[in-house]
Amino acid sequence: MVTDRRKFILQTARTAGVVALGGLMWSAYVDEVTANKLILRPPGALKEEDFLSTCIKCGMCVEACPFDTLSLAKPGDNKPLGTPYFEPREIPCYMCVDIPCVPVCPTGALDIKSVTTKNELDIDIAEMGVAVVDTKNCIAFWGIQCDACYRACPLLDKAIYLEYEKNERTGKHAFLKPIVDSDFCTGCGLCEHACVTKKAAITVVPRDLVIGSVGDHYIKGWDKADEKRLTNAHTQINTTEISKESAVDSLNDMEGLFDD
Amino acid sequence: MTNLYNNYRFLILRRISQVALMLLYIGGNYWGWSFVQGNLSSSLLFGFIPLSDPFAALQMFAAGAIITINLAIGALIITLIYMVLGGRVFCSWVCPVNMITDAANYLRRKLDFNKIQKKQPASRNIRYWVLGLSLVLSYILGVTAFEFISPISITHRAIIFGLGLGWSAMLIIFLFDLFILKNGWCGHICPLGAFYATTGKVGLIRVDHEEEKCTACMKCKEVCPENQVLFMVSKESLQVLDGECTNCGRCIEVCDDDALNFSIRRLQKETK
Repeated sequence: MVTDRRKFILQTARTAGVVALGGLMWSAYVDEVTANKLILRPPGALKEEDFLSTCIKCGMCVEACPFDTLSLAKPGDNKPLGTPYFEPREIPCYMCVDIPCVPVCPTGALDIKSVTTKNELDIDIAEMGVAVVDTKNCIAFWGIQCDACYRACPLLDKAIYLEYEKNERTGKHAFLKPIVDSDFCTGCGLCEHACVTKKAAITVVPRDLVIGSVGDHYIKGWDKADEKRLTNAHTQINTTEISKESAVDSLNDMEGLFDD
Repeated sequence: MTNLYNNYRFLILRRISQVALMLLYIGGNYWGWSFVQGNLSSSLLFGFIPLSDPFAALQMFAAGAIITINLAIGALIITLIYMVLGGRVFCSWVCPVNMITDAANYLRRKLDFNKIQKKQPASRNIRYWVLGLSLVLSYILGVTAFEFISPISITHRAIIFGLGLGWSAMLIIFLFDLFILKNGWCGHICPLGAFYATTGKVGLIRVDHEEEKCTACMKCKEVCPENQVLFMVSKESLQVLDGECTNCGRCIEVCDDDALNFSIRRLQKETK
């Protein structure tokens, strides 16, 4: 019997089915594409998860960039569609002092406050990423003199400095090893762009990916500022069966060790 | 020439409007023109008037993003413009996908597909479900869900910022509309169209039907991408008040009897 009610129920169920199927594929795709952690964002970008909800994909930053560094992710790039990114080996960020890409952002996905010190734009505090040296394939670590990345660095001697070490192999030369200081490195990628090896031995990656976090258990006792963290420390003692006695007594206790 | 004017005047104007807007955006990116910069998601008119896609802003809100004043103003301006004009003016006068789906629909008519597939197997209300789903998924996934897959944005960005594999999205929509579902994308699925259909219900520019002139040739219904809005044709003299009407004006052009015309919405119901 075909009644209007049955028709209605079937129609509703069909629509719900199509919507559920579509929704599943849709969210699977979004999940997949947002899983890419290796994307370098323009200066001042919010944390990736906030960035993804806030960027409207208008391309104003891309248009503002005078070096064509930034591009919007296209289908096939395996990045969240339409979001701005850059690949330093192709074109690095030249760290313009007036940061044209940031103030044009209509949604605040590029946060002007995060690149401002004392009410003035300051590209030196941008955190687009951090450079990492592959010491096995960096020819400076082989003992060949190369300071391409060091010379290219806009924050020379701060973000990249050279560490000198005697070359024991020859006995008369020195290693000039490039070392990145993550406190200063902005992730502009001029080093990666300048690197002379076939595939760059210094690479910029998103900071979240490689910057560790010590946690609360270790404190630099020699550093006054770090020592201050102790004032926030709280004491929490767990009492167990063993900890009723003192540690030494517990160690000296032979009971139960021998069969007799 | 008169024939061209009579039968295609709005179509030509629409194509000019769509292409001109695209050229202005391309100029904004490649040659630094300051008339309009950005893209349809968000742009800057004359270098200082913000314009933003209100549906994208809504998704951002659902995703938990902080909405800046600039964005809110831009979205408000666009909403008000389309509210006054009649919401889906965007769809037929601005949106780049319109040209793709119009092409598919044209081929459909020329190849008589509509006579083979007389009944369309899907409901036009799916788009409102997709609209709801966009917001729900935005909330759950914390991203602007529709903006991640929107073929409108893909097409528009492909034109302004470079193609990539963007052509595949355009091709899929074209084939879908041509072979699978008549008016499939714009008339059944697109949540942006659904959004403008909802906000544009109160629009002032409306098509008006005069029943006494109508000869019931039904050319208008054949050409209309949302022909359910023309339910009154040959039956009653009414204005097309449904928000799903895109104000494309095709029905007006194909009518040989002057029974359809653009008009201003009558605010009070006429007494008969």
